[in-house]
Amino acid sequence: MGVSSADGGGGATGGDGGAEAVERAVADAFRREWGQVVATLIRVTGDWDLAEECAQDAFAGALDRWRRDGVPRRPGAWLTTTARNRALDVLRREAVGAAKLREVAVLGRDEPSYDGTGSGNSPDDSGVHDDRLRLIFTCCHPALPVEARVALTLRTLAGLTTAEIARAFLVSETTMAARLTRAKHKIRNAGIPYRVPPAHLLPERTGGVLAVLYLLFNEGYAATSGTERLRAELCAEALRLARLLARLMPDEPEVLGLLALLLLHDARRATRTDAAGDPVGLEDQDRAAWDRTAIDEGTVLLETALRRGRPGPYRIQAAIAACHATAVTAAETDWADIAALYGELVRQVPSPVVRLNRAFAVGMARGPEAGLALVAELEREGTLDGYHLLPATRADLLRRAGRRDEAAVAYGRALGLVGNEAERRFLRKRSAECG
Amino acid sequence: MKYAFFICVPVDGPGASPEEVMADPRFAAYIEAARAGAVTGGARLRPASDATTVRVAGDEVLLTDGPFAEAKEYVAGIDFVEAADLDEAIALAAEHPAAAGGGSVEVRPVWE
Repeated sequence: MGVSSADGGGGATGGDGGAEAVERAVADAFRREWGQVVATLIRVTGDWDLAEECAQDAFAGALDRWRRDGVPRRPGAWLTTTARNRALDVLRREAVGAAKLREVAVLGRDEPSYDGTGSGNSPDDSGVHDDRLRLIFTCCHPALPVEARVALTLRTLAGLTTAEIARAFLVSETTMAARLTRAKHKIRNAGIPYRVPPAHLLPERTGGVLAVLYLLFNEGYAATSGTERLRAELCAEALRLARLLARLMPDEPEVLGLLALLLLHDARRATRTDAAGDPVGLEDQDRAAWDRTAIDEGTVLLETALRRGRPGPYRIQAAIAACHATAVTAAETDWADIAALYGELVRQVPSPVVRLNRAFAVGMARGPEAGLALVAELEREGTLDGYHLLPATRADLLRRAGRRDEAAVAYGRALGLVGNEAERRFLRKRSAECG
Repeated sequence: MKYAFFICVPVDGPGASPEEVMADPRFAAYIEAARAGAVTGGARLRPASDATTVRVAGDEVLLTDGPFAEAKEYVAGIDFVEAADLDEAIALAAEHPAAAGGGSVEVRPVWE
């Protein structure tokens, strides 16, 4: 995003390409290498701001140099070296101690070269980790506030500018800049380690990273607003990061599960709203317009992940998404399977929202009355009071049961709680059908 | 790194005596870590009702009876801790009697 977007182009071309080809190569390198360059520089210098600045300088310098000398064979290695040299210059000017300078110089020189294939030095027997993995675990450390984890991941790993992140989250650039600065200060001052957590912390912390990526995706996936293009890019960034994580942690089935889940959701993105921007229910979406390639990739990934032990929450959610994505028509949806999957999800994540989803699935599988009984249970507990989807789910099940008057009342209650305009129009339409 | 643990306990909590805490097997890990040198100093404090809060406005020293803020918890003690990083400090704080006993432990890096 920080550099005008471009796809394709391997980058490893000679110097005869036109200015446009070089620009494409830089944009391409930015997308693929930014996180790697920043991650390496942070490890080498221990200074997040310096790392970002030097990475930025390296990318800015690449445009001129690559125009003159041609695109290097390994753009990532060129960028890392250039950024590291820049960091050395800055540290020298700031008269940093000789010991630290030696450290930076030596660490920088011994870098394994990154050729942009993304394999990097993923975890191996020696316990060496890819720097991007260190970076993502540090950005998603539970001692940081959640919104800072998301912002920091987008800034340092994905290379979005502060202004872009601010726009995506509907806050001012000043607020977002302060949030990022505070997070970076806390990392340094509180001693949050720059590392992939040790084995005993890894499952929990991996869960935390997955939660951030899912949040990021949902932020982009959530119902429409004026920043449609940015939201689409948030989904794309979340997918890119999930792919990276899956490549770096191929043995973690929940990581594969998250990637599968995002692919299966993203496959339906274009059909989730109509031309006016109003939400379209799953039943009414144009299944022919779903992205088959993404669905196929997601289901294959999911099958691989499901072969590895008892599925966790992301694999279960991906399995639910796969049930929807592979049903040829809405009527052929295997609701019994979906209800069973939600049953398992509720056992692992007993949140009221998950239980509400299960109630709907049970209603679809065993008839509306069975679902309504579960909705009533949630209403009695009161934990979802004020949440518009509680009366909206009740209304939908009542409508399916043919209890139109009661459905209209429930839609009325949902309309009193909904905040989003597009969703309000959707509920009104449904409510009118019951009138 | 050096950290300070602010040991916070509920205002109306039962308040176990140091002897009871020492005898409780749930807290053996913390006590052992303290003996091994991870805890470099600290103090148990008298209750919040004995506190006086000092503020200065202009030339005037303003005193308030009680802790600095009305809260459900008060600082009952402070420990100074030496840990490699925040993860290590968090692991140790999680072993503290207050963390599991309805209170909390605020982990604060020491300005060095």
